[in-house]
Amino acid sequence: MKKMQLIAALQAILPESAILSSKESQKPFECDGLSAYRQLPLLTVLPDTIEQIQAICKLCNQQQIPLVARGAGTGLSGGALPHEEGILLNLAKFNQILSIDIPNRSVRVQPGVRNLAISEAVAQYGLYYAPDPSSQIACTIGGNVAENSGGVHCLKYGLTVHNILELKVVMADGELLTIGSQAYDSAGFDLLALMTGSEGLLGIIVEVTVKLLPKPERTQVILAAFDDVAKAGRAVADIIAAGIIPAGLEMMDKLAIQAAEAFVHAGYPLEAEAILLCEIDGNNEEVSEHIMKVHHVLENSDPISFATAESEQQRNLFWAGRKAAFPAVGRLSPDYYCMDGTIPKQHLAAVLQEIQRLSRHHELAVANVFHAGDGNLHPLILYDANNAGELVKAEHFGADILKLCVQAGGSITGEHGVGIEKIDQMCNQFATDELAQFHSVKAAFDPQGILNPGKAVPTLHRCAELGAMHVHHGELPHPELERF
Amino acid sequence: MADISKTIQQQILTAVETQQPVNLRGGNTKSFLYHAKPGETLSLQAHQGIVNYQPTELVVTAYAGTKLNDLQSTLAEHNQRLPFDPPHFGDDATLGGAIATGLSGSIRPFTGSARDYVLGCRIINGKGQIMQFGGQVMKNVAGYDVSRLMVGAMGSLGVLLEISLKVLPIPASECYLSQSRDTQDALRMMQTLAAQNLPLSGLAYDGKAVHIRLAGAEAAVRAARQKLGGEHHKADVFWTLVNEQQHRFFDGEIPLWRVSVPPATVNLPISGKQLVDWAGGLRWVKTDESAEKIFTLAARHHGHAQLFRTAKLTEIRRQPLNSGLKRLHQQLKQSFDPHGIFNRGQLYPEF
Ligand SMILES: Cc1cc2nc3c(=O)[nH]c(=O)nc-3n(C[C@H](O)[C@H](O)[C@H](O)COP(=O)(O)OP(=O)(O)OC[C@H]3O[C@@H](n4cnc5c(N)ncnc54)[C@H](O)[C@@H]3O)c2cc1C
Ligand SMILES: Cc1cc2nc3c(=O)[nH]c(=O)nc-3n(C[C@H](O)[C@H](O)[C@H](O)COP(=O)(O)OP(=O)(O)OC[C@H]3O[C@@H](n4cnc5c(N)ncnc54)[C@H](O)[C@@H]3O)c2cc1C
Repeated sequence: MKKMQLIAALQAILPESAILSSKESQKPFECDGLSAYRQLPLLTVLPDTIEQIQAICKLCNQQQIPLVARGAGTGLSGGALPHEEGILLNLAKFNQILSIDIPNRSVRVQPGVRNLAISEAVAQYGLYYAPDPSSQIACTIGGNVAENSGGVHCLKYGLTVHNILELKVVMADGELLTIGSQAYDSAGFDLLALMTGSEGLLGIIVEVTVKLLPKPERTQVILAAFDDVAKAGRAVADIIAAGIIPAGLEMMDKLAIQAAEAFVHAGYPLEAEAILLCEIDGNNEEVSEHIMKVHHVLENSDPISFATAESEQQRNLFWAGRKAAFPAVGRLSPDYYCMDGTIPKQHLAAVLQEIQRLSRHHELAVANVFHAGDGNLHPLILYDANNAGELVKAEHFGADILKLCVQAGGSITGEHGVGIEKIDQMCNQFATDELAQFHSVKAAFDPQGILNPGKAVPTLHRCAELGAMHVHHGELPHPELERF
Repeated sequence: MADISKTIQQQILTAVETQQPVNLRGGNTKSFLYHAKPGETLSLQAHQGIVNYQPTELVVTAYAGTKLNDLQSTLAEHNQRLPFDPPHFGDDATLGGAIATGLSGSIRPFTGSARDYVLGCRIINGKGQIMQFGGQVMKNVAGYDVSRLMVGAMGSLGVLLEISLKVLPIPASECYLSQSRDTQDALRMMQTLAAQNLPLSGLAYDGKAVHIRLAGAEAAVRAARQKLGGEHHKADVFWTLVNEQQHRFFDGEIPLWRVSVPPATVNLPISGKQLVDWAGGLRWVKTDESAEKIFTLAARHHGHAQLFRTAKLTEIRRQPLNSGLKRLHQQLKQSFDPHGIFNRGQLYPEF
């Protein structure tokens, strides 16, 4: 179908104003948070009813036109990167909170509602929506479901998948399905889990029911500084061994500390090699008991110093440094590249050491911010896109870090998704049969492959071309063959 | 400890070749849950042992045939546990069976369900391919979440070989209270309590009293006990009896239904007896009413029903799926088990 014909077909579905076809009008959507990748779509549509989305899917399915969903575009793996021959489905107009059900502690929202808007809407009832990605003022709940987003509190409260109940999903063929239920579980396969984190490849999420939790009565944060990253890593293990699950347990390394301190003056000790932020929440008595236990652990973990925030103001200041870590690092360098690997925590010190070695090898600095409690590393690679070849160097450095994570028994992505960015690293993490199984799951939902094609799961051909002959868990493929 | 995955794989390949369906079996303690169709029994019991357990990682990986009892006592040595109260229904219950049935106990509304704690698994699909999904780390969004898809699938998508789970510390203290209430008051009280900042790990109603289980930091449990009041019980007898379905309520031959509904749902208007768990979200119903009537009732209340125990041979035990969802289920079944050899009829009669 030619562009003009496609516009005509869309005009039967949508008002003229909801179809963008010029370069200028589509420019704002040419990339997501991973701005190194840019692509204009053929067309952008802004529907405002589910029926319109159903009709758009039907049309795309019939004509085999790629369809890419977009929430707020804060994704960091190029998941919402448009397809040059496809339609970008912008969900910005789906921004209504549909109903608040206090007795059942749930909220039904449209997918374009911002994450933070949900907690704001129910704050008056003493409830909140727990997953809190750092991008929560901007990112949408639809994007959160599509990425299975986490936040600094997911060690205790879980990821998106643990905090949603029901989805309404428009399938590639236009059919509207309800997945999950308003109850705690639903009949049949756990399709809710399968949809969560599926990066817009299995269906268009058009409604989400999320679970709410009672707001913690009290929150306290402890800041501890160490002269050695390994000591900080051991303190993390010891806190958990003491039977405590902190609401948040974050670590920053020296460069991240210095950048944050210069930016927000949070009071971080500049001589430290690592700091830990340990947040404890719950009811009053629980917080007191756990804070005492954490103090006891820290006394024995040889810190340079540690302190509990004495006021709400100081608590916010301690957090301000961590929360501003990305922009703070951004001030050190024209560009930075944010990685998202996970590792078993026991390998933290060794992995950080290896990252430092890689940093020297690639001649690029790196600052590490780390969701230490759940082993999710965010190395920030500093580079300058205006220097020829530096972006490529940064990407190679990043790829090495992800390989390192897989070797340590971890994953190439903890919460940012594969998108287009980590598509090649998928060949490291998964073997051919597994990738083929993913494609077959995709075909069960979207036989024509129109939804977000080319993302999240690499073709077997692509992996073969990469020459990444995959060594899976130490087993060589074709062990029967002799090797030289 | 024994890894017999290669033997199992060979059995699957033979089953495919001979078009011989297989029925997967763990401890066979949950066989009352389904009406199995003919097939060769493939026992996973010998495939047992803990593969990896680092308490400070909060992750355990074990072969699927590992007995729940063994797994739980190993965790307990390190003051940790499976945080979803899996019911055992017998000493032989296995990890694979618990995950394949996907059942969770009374703690479910507070700390989550079996699927919430699954991080990764190794499976054999219906083509005899051994595959690994998810991982041994807490956060992992690479690829579709096939691991959680396996939970509650009743073995219809593949053989679970190895499972990685997130575990949590055993709470420092527990306390058991009860307060007499009529049904309406009881349901209302559960909603009020669940919306507060209390260290809850169970809220159930047996027709006479609301039972409250508290778990958490010592000071928190003590304060909550003082605040809530009511009769104090020394041991968790009620909770164990409910979890293992040995409470008096479960006696007798009348069919037992499991009805899952939004927690604030009214008392279900149906003849027979009811026991409420999950802070209102789970209604055990003993009734002779027709399946059709119960499915309709559950759907009207935005939930779903399952015939959990029955003396009669009955094929249709689970809330029927609408046509769109049924098609999707069939396509997924086809994707994982194209020859239809696994656990025929155990989840739905159609496959
Ligand atoms: C400064 C910053 C901090 C961040 N911090 C975190 C963090 O702490 N934790 C974390 O997990 N992430 C974080 N992120 C990443 C990002 O915010 C999340 O991935 C977020 O969930 C994306 O939401 P979005 O609405 O922007 O989605 P988009 O970027 O628009 O889309 C993301 C993906 O979801 C798909 N999608 C969007 N809406 C739908 C829908 N309705 N139906 C189907 N598919 C859809 C898109 O096709 C795309 O594949 C951060 C990003 C930034 C820029
Ligand atoms: C609230 C609650 C109450 C419970 N009450 C009881 C009770 O009273 N009595 C009781 O016996 N149990 C009870 N349970 C169940 C228990 O938690 C699990 O269902 C049990 O562990 C199943 O183990 P099994 O090895 O005996 O499974 P089996 O009975 O052998 O199998 C159960 C199902 O799982 C499949 N399966 C088993 N292993 C595998 C595998 N490796 N891969 C794929 N599929 C597999 C089987 O094919 C079958 O479909 C209860 C659970 C809950 C949550």
